[in-house]
Amino acid sequence: MCFRDAAVRLRAQTIWSGVSLEVAPGEFVAVVGPNGAGKSTLIKAILGVHALSHGEASVLGLPPGQAGRRIGYLPQRRSFDASLRVRGVDIVRLGLDGNRWGTPLPVADRFRGSRRRDRERVAEVLELVGATSYATRPIGQTSGGEQQRLLIAQALVHDPELLLLDEPLDSLDLPNQAAIAAVISGICRDRGITVLIVAHDVNPILSYLDRVVYLARGRALSGPPSEVITSETLSQLYGTPIEVLHTSDGGLVVVGHPEAPAHHSDRHTGRTHERP
Amino acid sequence: MIPSAGATGLSWNVADDVRQLFAQHFMVNALAAGTIVAILAGSVGWFMVLRRQSFAGHTLAVISFPGAAGATLLGVSATAGYFAASIAGALVIAAVPGTGRGRGYTNQSAVIGTAQAFALACGVLFVSLYGGFLDSLNGYLFGTFLGVSDRQVLTLLAVAVVVLATLALVGRMLLFATVDTDVAATRGVPTRLLSIVFLVLLGCAAAEVSQITGALLVFALLVMPAATAQQLTARPAVSLGLSVVLALVIVWLGLGVAYFSVYPVGFYVTTFGFAGYVLAASGRALITWAGTRRRATPAVTR
Repeated sequence: MCFRDAAVRLRAQTIWSGVSLEVAPGEFVAVVGPNGAGKSTLIKAILGVHALSHGEASVLGLPPGQAGRRIGYLPQRRSFDASLRVRGVDIVRLGLDGNRWGTPLPVADRFRGSRRRDRERVAEVLELVGATSYATRPIGQTSGGEQQRLLIAQALVHDPELLLLDEPLDSLDLPNQAAIAAVISGICRDRGITVLIVAHDVNPILSYLDRVVYLARGRALSGPPSEVITSETLSQLYGTPIEVLHTSDGGLVVVGHPEAPAHHSDRHTGRTHERP
Repeated sequence: MIPSAGATGLSWNVADDVRQLFAQHFMVNALAAGTIVAILAGSVGWFMVLRRQSFAGHTLAVISFPGAAGATLLGVSATAGYFAASIAGALVIAAVPGTGRGRGYTNQSAVIGTAQAFALACGVLFVSLYGGFLDSLNGYLFGTFLGVSDRQVLTLLAVAVVVLATLALVGRMLLFATVDTDVAATRGVPTRLLSIVFLVLLGCAAAEVSQITGALLVFALLVMPAATAQQLTARPAVSLGLSVVLALVIVWLGLGVAYFSVYPVGFYVTTFGFAGYVLAASGRALITWAGTRRRATPAVTR
């Protein structure tokens, strides 16, 4: 995947411009930055939902929007209505065959070889993300972390080469963030799938990352985390003094951010409901 | 309305009673129409309940009432009026911004509600202009199960076949677009088009059901079987099938009992639907309660 001097304008406003980045197959890449920096816009530009106003891009060797089935996409946190009576396994299955004509009939599963393979494939990804034990519960009755695993399974089930995950760790508790980060990096390493993950907080995934794309003030920087998340680079990007502190467990704390961290999740809290 | 219910009354011999049901031509037509409408309502209603579009469904049924009354006033067939009004209503609802995105906080329900009230008022005007106020009003609003003509049965059948065929073709995509709109759209499912198509299918189904249960009791067949089935199982295919079966059982029981009774058929159909839902919902609540109790017990004993 490659962007050259790309820019996106939405409603007569430039979201970001001059973005150049190259992601090699099999890399684990994080897109980080403050709210409104255009992180989700970058994902949507890759998907071809937002057209570039300047520059060029290629995704899996094709123009954005052409790669279709070869991309797995997990949109920004959506929660399922608690009263939705559809099982998790059905939601995952729709990722595999939801765009096909016809109507799901239970009988067809038993007699057609292709349907049996589909069912086995669903079971395989559920096992991969560790969701097998609750996949047959109605999805509205699973917890936030469980839903997120099921949705990652859905994005993976059609065997994509590129996985785009928009804030998969948002509104999860710390143990769940760590567990899901491990699941995602495992998928990246073992299956050779390129993963692009949008995150507010880089720390849960920091140790797995090959590359960071830091978006702020309409511009982007990309490179290995040790080069990008430094006091000098970020100060330059923001145009104000920024300090990056190292914690004893290898985490990073960005201080002097123009936006206080407390504001970070405000935009999404209205739409989420975390269940204990 | 019961023209001449129970010519000889209930004999309590099941075979005899069933034979008696099928001996009357109007009863055969009622059963045929009821069966067609039940299959249609059970399947379209299942998607409607899942899509949280019950209010739109109710509105389309209510809109069919001025359609039928207006058609009668103009001397056109009431059946044509039912379909024309409901399908037109479906297209109007589809044009209201925000509808295509399914759920969400839009002013959609306010717009639909406003139009629905006006449609109902127009229907009352048409009926009073036509003259036969009380009788036909009763029929339009609460159903004419037992006055179905041969031609009407054929029309119901033809429309139902078209609607069910379309639904069978797009069922899986519609399910995907319903439960997971964003992802479905990026996977190439035409979500906006599907929501328009579904509203038209819903309009057809609402018009069909209105002709049997009346405009005000459509939910007996559009909502009750689907909601009951979704209480009972979370497997989409099983739930859809169950919804159709429940609709059939409700219609057959309602018609059968009404035949031997002096009270309106709409009451019986709705009552059986209601009883089914209450049983299913309380059964599930009981199971959930027992489940949490069982999980909680070890903590208590320790």
